[in-house]
Amino acid sequence: MDASALLETIKSKHPKTLLGSQDRFGVLEVSVDRTGLVDVARTLRDEPELAFEMLIDIVSIDYSQYPEWRGDRFGLTYLFKSLAKGHRLQVKVLLPEDAPSVNTLCQLWANANHLEREAFDQMGIRFVSHPNLKRILNHHEFIGHPLRKDYPITQRQWLSASQSLMDEMEPRLKEKGYT
Amino acid sequence: MRTEPQAPFESSQGLNSPRPKDKRELVYVNIGPSHPATHGALRTFCALDGETIVAAVMEQGYLHRGFEKDCESHTFQQVIPYTDRLNYVSAMINNVGFCKAVERMLHLTIPDRAAYIRVVVSELNRIIDHQVCVAANLLDMGALTNFWYFFNAREKVYDILEKLCGARLTSSYTRIGGMARDVYPQFADEVKAVLKSVEQSLGDVLKLVEKNRIFLDRTRDVCPISKERAIAYGWTGPTLRASGVEYDLRKVEPYYHYEDFKFEVPVGTKGDIYDRIFVRLYEMEESIRIIHQALDKMPQGPVMSDDKRVALPPKQQTYGNIEGLMNHFKIIMHGICPEPGEIYDATEAANGELGFTIVSDGSKNPYRVKCRPPCFMNFAAFTELIEGSMVADAIIALGSINIIAGELDR
Amino acid sequence: MGMTEVPYFTTRVDAVAAWGRKNSLWPMVFGTACCAIEFMAVADSVFDLSRFGAELLRYSPRQADLLIVAGTVTFKQAPILKQIYDQMPDPKWVVSMGVCASSGGFYNNYCTVQGIDQIIPVDVYISGCPPRPEAILEAIMKIQHKIANPKTTPSAQFQVKEPHFDY
Repeated sequence: MDASALLETIKSKHPKTLLGSQDRFGVLEVSVDRTGLVDVARTLRDEPELAFEMLIDIVSIDYSQYPEWRGDRFGLTYLFKSLAKGHRLQVKVLLPEDAPSVNTLCQLWANANHLEREAFDQMGIRFVSHPNLKRILNHHEFIGHPLRKDYPITQRQWLSASQSLMDEMEPRLKEKGYT
Repeated sequence: MRTEPQAPFESSQGLNSPRPKDKRELVYVNIGPSHPATHGALRTFCALDGETIVAAVMEQGYLHRGFEKDCESHTFQQVIPYTDRLNYVSAMINNVGFCKAVERMLHLTIPDRAAYIRVVVSELNRIIDHQVCVAANLLDMGALTNFWYFFNAREKVYDILEKLCGARLTSSYTRIGGMARDVYPQFADEVKAVLKSVEQSLGDVLKLVEKNRIFLDRTRDVCPISKERAIAYGWTGPTLRASGVEYDLRKVEPYYHYEDFKFEVPVGTKGDIYDRIFVRLYEMEESIRIIHQALDKMPQGPVMSDDKRVALPPKQQTYGNIEGLMNHFKIIMHGICPEPGEIYDATEAANGELGFTIVSDGSKNPYRVKCRPPCFMNFAAFTELIEGSMVADAIIALGSINIIAGELDR
Repeated sequence: MGMTEVPYFTTRVDAVAAWGRKNSLWPMVFGTACCAIEFMAVADSVFDLSRFGAELLRYSPRQADLLIVAGTVTFKQAPILKQIYDQMPDPKWVVSMGVCASSGGFYNNYCTVQGIDQIIPVDVYISGCPPRPEAILEAIMKIQHKIANPKTTPSAQFQVKEPHFDY
């Protein structure tokens, strides 16, 4: 499907949530209101003409130093790809500085779990109902979110001891029936 | 996931007795982060019931070197050496991926000769990446000889890469707009000679491994993953193709004349470790075919675009007239300044779809660079892959999904 | 041969012990990043580390006497490096391979330790990104020289520069 047909299909299913669209060097990007993200994502995955089975990436962007930026501070770009149809799509969600949170997509795509943990770790975006929103790249005693524009690049933080992972292990064991 | 191992004999308190459901009777073991077979710094915290992994939790980030934050304080050209260290066993593919994204952002076409050189070095790097992956994987199984076969061939490829750009491993051979320098005169003949020794090493390894009883028992039907789960996890590359999905960016979204090359894409059936290893071995054969075709088709011409925004002028002009001097100065000091915008561009790296999201604000430094590493998605599925298997299977499964820590943690 | 040749030679115990130690180093490769790949290349048949006696790559620190830190050490990895170093029995030597291990490399940022000598004492530094296998072999030879001449080469045991964190 080409970009205009994609846009029409999504608009017809979610007229209120769609805020706008843009062309990113040949790939369609739709801006979506953050409350409607999960519904739009579900449509993208389940609708047979759209068939976006694969979540490629979740990119978190801090627009606070972007020249002439008038929107919210944080942006999240979700990149989707359809293997069956061959088209790509980007979905952009803007989040305000004081409450950067959005619903999780873990129930729809399995890799959203780790990708959202990375967005939380690096940018501080909270994902509501995420099963395990912990830091994934930085160590567990790290304070702050390094990819934010106000975090100085050479501010180093030492780690005193590796974390024991029993806190993550216990729920998993419980799922398997161990008490 | 493996079923419970069958007991070869009956015993009163052996494998046939009811399994304990008390978590205090499990043994908790860390595999990693300093472990010979973790291929990098990864940690898997396992709860073991005998040899079987009941539950596993992974931790990564032990090689998080701040690639993305570093990109924001360097110019576009200065990012290229950082991209080398992402997937360090096939460094030039990362260079090509990043430069391709920036060139698309600049609406720049590189000269044909540069495109063919990029294809040749990408495929050479794909070969050496698969060699490391399979060699390390077989090493974990105890087959050390294959490691030497592949590494000897690899040294010959390294000699060529070193003649091309000066470094064996971290090459930084591409530049935005083309290549850093042209290939040396005997390049085509030497590559063809090296490919013969690569084929020889591949043949030696296949002879040792293809019908080997131990190898088949250890890899067939071990840690399989279904097509649907692989797609849900965003797997791409050889691991996805091993599960039966024929998805290769070189065929689906071709770039750099890949649509003109005749090559097949090997696809597996079950998605077990056997399939993942053999998809890589057959991909090496296909890469050899592509390199032969690319070397034959390579045209003469410049290797760097003549677009004044990116190409350094020749030295006679830099020292000869003021326009050349200013052009050189502006490119070095003020950098390449693409128009403000956001782009995502992907290439088929050895591990899968390597993508770069670049946000530019019109200045010389990128505003945000995000690398989409293929092995991040592979690793996300790792607990699902190993729960229920034994420790030994988990070690080989980790090798089969080819985790390169530089790419995983960036 | 003949009665003019004496059938024994005199030496000192520590010289013999040093000769034994330097020709049978058991390296523990703490490989994290790209330098680990170059170390694998040193161990292969072209650059052959085993001709120095250092063939037996031990992955357990309790059986090793030479720690080769190959690759970037991040803050997340730092307690583990210290733990590995502590688990090695004496006498032990440390080689810091590559610029990332020696000084942080070109990763001057929030997550990279700027040199492992902030955590453990280092005997030999190898520069290079990654260093050529010949450079690594020269470092092994320098370690051998150090083992053979302990009185004239400074000891690394008391040389942690500005220890940053008291683990």
